[in-house]
Amino acid sequence: MPVVASPAKTETPRHAAFVRVTHWLTVVAFVALLITGGEIVISHPRFYWGEIGNVNTRPLFIIPIPSSRDMVPTGYKYVMPDQNGWSRYLHFQAAWLLVFTGAVYLIAGLGTGHFRKNLIPVPGDRTPRAHWRRIAQYIRRVPPDASEIRSYNVLQRTTYLTVIFILFPLVIWTGLALSPGFNSAFPFLVNVLGGRQSARTLHFFVSGALLLFLIVHIVMVAVSGFWTRTKPMIIGRPASIEEEP
Amino acid sequence: MSQISRRKLITTGLAAAAGVSGLVAAERIARRYGLIPPDSSGFYGPGETLTYAAQRLITTHSLAREFPRSMISKAPFANEVDKVSDEFKRHQAANFSDWRLAIDGMVANPVSLSVSDIKSLPYRSQITEVVCEEGWSYIAEWIGTPLHEVLHAAEILPQARYVVYYSIQSDWWESIDMADALHPQTFITWGMNDGDLPVSFGGPLRMRIPRQLGYKSVKYIVRLTATDSLKRFGKGLGSASPEGGYAWYAGI
Repeated sequence: MPVVASPAKTETPRHAAFVRVTHWLTVVAFVALLITGGEIVISHPRFYWGEIGNVNTRPLFIIPIPSSRDMVPTGYKYVMPDQNGWSRYLHFQAAWLLVFTGAVYLIAGLGTGHFRKNLIPVPGDRTPRAHWRRIAQYIRRVPPDASEIRSYNVLQRTTYLTVIFILFPLVIWTGLALSPGFNSAFPFLVNVLGGRQSARTLHFFVSGALLLFLIVHIVMVAVSGFWTRTKPMIIGRPASIEEEP
Repeated sequence: MSQISRRKLITTGLAAAAGVSGLVAAERIARRYGLIPPDSSGFYGPGETLTYAAQRLITTHSLAREFPRSMISKAPFANEVDKVSDEFKRHQAANFSDWRLAIDGMVANPVSLSVSDIKSLPYRSQITEVVCEEGWSYIAEWIGTPLHEVLHAAEILPQARYVVYYSIQSDWWESIDMADALHPQTFITWGMNDGDLPVSFGGPLRMRIPRQLGYKSVKYIVRLTATDSLKRFGKGLGSASPEGGYAWYAGI
């Protein structure tokens, strides 16, 4: 462990301060969005494709849960309590937090070369083969290379880039496409998605993809040592430095 | 070392002061240009204000999407309403011949209009989508008198900033700002899909605001009040929706 030898004061942090702050703000915003989004779905757990959809039209699919509205035919005799009021208020407030956090992250990330240095796979790694190699290493449970102590491996890089530059923009776009006010100013943003109900269904699936990322992310962090991985995301320095006598 | 940290402290202090005064200035400007919604207090106030202000800046004159006749829903969904009152049933039995819409408040000429009075004003039709906050939607043709025609008939005063509107059903009232009140697609609706507006869809008179969610489109309206402030109405949050936990501005 050569990194341990260098004194803590001159250490460059494992994660830059702006990465740590925006990471945890994103956690707060995303968890709020996930919970409230789930609550809103409960009021109409049916999904459609195209412009319109309601209980009189054929759904694309139904989530087999009780609803918080008695007019939705769910097959359950039970009607859940209505939580949409605060869920909607919090959903949009958290969305603003996410957008501002994302803007700060993008500006700081471009300014510091964070994306170039830490997220875009290094030249030799930009092949499917490099990704497969790292997956195989995970499967065989081969411990990570020394290089991974200070930076992300190719799978992490590609995954984070996908989440940051594909999934988050998509979830914001499909969410905005559900706003009747926003749609009046930018109708093409909902029309190109195939209509309002398509946008809603896509919003649900992209949120699902982000939830899948969240679960895998937490599992990977837990498997590779929860505190050794989480502490650098809070205080910046790798935990090993502090723990070493 | 200590000098650097002192400099840092001063810079941070100055930045914080600039930030706070910037926020205060932004709040003043926002209030001046009507970008603060009536339910802007409380924990969800910041998000609500950002949404309303942002949408007002970009959507003041934009039009809700309209659709071709072929996209009109074959089976539109009439959302359920509370049991109608006896008063409503009497009107229904009389075929709404005595139904009146009163326009009062900040108007030079308070009037009380019958359904046929309203139908005699210039009217329009639009094929727009009803969008419920729950997630479902349908498209219908709506025929009605633009609200601005009715407001001008009552000679609305330039000081008016909001229009409050009431259903005959108790505790069902909403309000909108002038951007929506004067918007060409905001209708006092009395027809649907080439016929009279059915009772289940809000007949005889229903407010239609296609740039906002369905809950702003109150059914069975009997009164409009023009005002410069929403503070004196109900709990002062703008309408019955925020009193029940839902946002006043439903453009999202």
